[in-house]
Amino acid sequence: MGALNHKFNENILITSLDKLMNWSRSNSEWYFQFGLACCAIELMSTAAARHDLERFGAMPRSSPRQADVMIVAGTVTLKMATRVKRLYEQMAEPKYVISMGSCANSGGPYWQHGYHVLKGVDQIIPVDVYIPGCPPRPEALIEGLMHLQKKMREEPILEKKED
Amino acid sequence: MTEQEIFEDLSRKFGDKIIEFMEEGTQNPTVVVDAGTLAKVATYLKDDVRFQFNSLMNLAGHDADGETDLSVIYHLYSTELKHYITLKVFTSRDEPKVASVAELHKTANWHEREAFDLYGINFEGHPDLKRILMEDDWEGYPLRKDYVPAEFYRGMRIEKVK
Ligand code: SF4
Repeated sequence: MGALNHKFNENILITSLDKLMNWSRSNSEWYFQFGLACCAIELMSTAAARHDLERFGAMPRSSPRQADVMIVAGTVTLKMATRVKRLYEQMAEPKYVISMGSCANSGGPYWQHGYHVLKGVDQIIPVDVYIPGCPPRPEALIEGLMHLQKKMREEPILEKKED
Repeated sequence: MTEQEIFEDLSRKFGDKIIEFMEEGTQNPTVVVDAGTLAKVATYLKDDVRFQFNSLMNLAGHDADGETDLSVIYHLYSTELKHYITLKVFTSRDEPKVASVAELHKTANWHEREAFDLYGINFEGHPDLKRILMEDDWEGYPLRKDYVPAEFYRGMRIEKVK
């Protein structure tokens, strides 16, 4: 959206557009539908009728191309880590990552003897929100998503990043 | 047929290739068989009408202490006669090899690959012996007691605790 930069003397329009877009982005956190271990069960139950993630506009997408949020739900084995990284790279910007559960945060129960487990998914992809728990309850996952919503709302998206 | 009777019959047929009968200290009475003869014993147990061990319930590799021989354990069951037997073979740590029973029992195919993957036991005659759980370029056999994890795998740090 850099095309809109410097087109207006005052930034009034940009700011309001920013707000509008961030509001809509934060209320349509489409997450990538995949799970790696037991935490995925909790992710499924969060999406199912009782907790109903879709009331926040968050719905599962089966393709990384359509997803905004990657919820890393479960144990990231070293074998899977290469795939997780590739899937993350296939997602379109802007993209966010939620690390769900102790395994994805730090290796969890596999911290000491997990010869096959990556000790924290943040070693391979940048993480926006960490959710503790083994597994985190659906309420915790929802809170994580709400933190992410907050982050999205505060982020200027129309301003071209000078980098 | 009880395990004791099966052991006695096997001893008559295969002589000193049937090494011992273990009843104490194991959950299932176990016949220890010479590694070179195992395939013959399994075929005999499957084909003989008195045994009909047509189901291999489980096949597992085992490393007792990181020093002595590795072993492979076979849990057999007859769906016809409803009896069980457990076979065990020992094989050297440096050059572990056992004849494959994958042609005899289809179950053995993946189980042998698992034992190969995690213990490095070579199953001779297996149709497709390659790693099943770990990545193909993994080094070492992780469930061996003397296994020391590498520091990195494809640039990812493995151990965090010393
Ligand atoms: S954090 Fe706990 S519940 Fe989640 S994947 Fe790991 S072991 Fe399973």
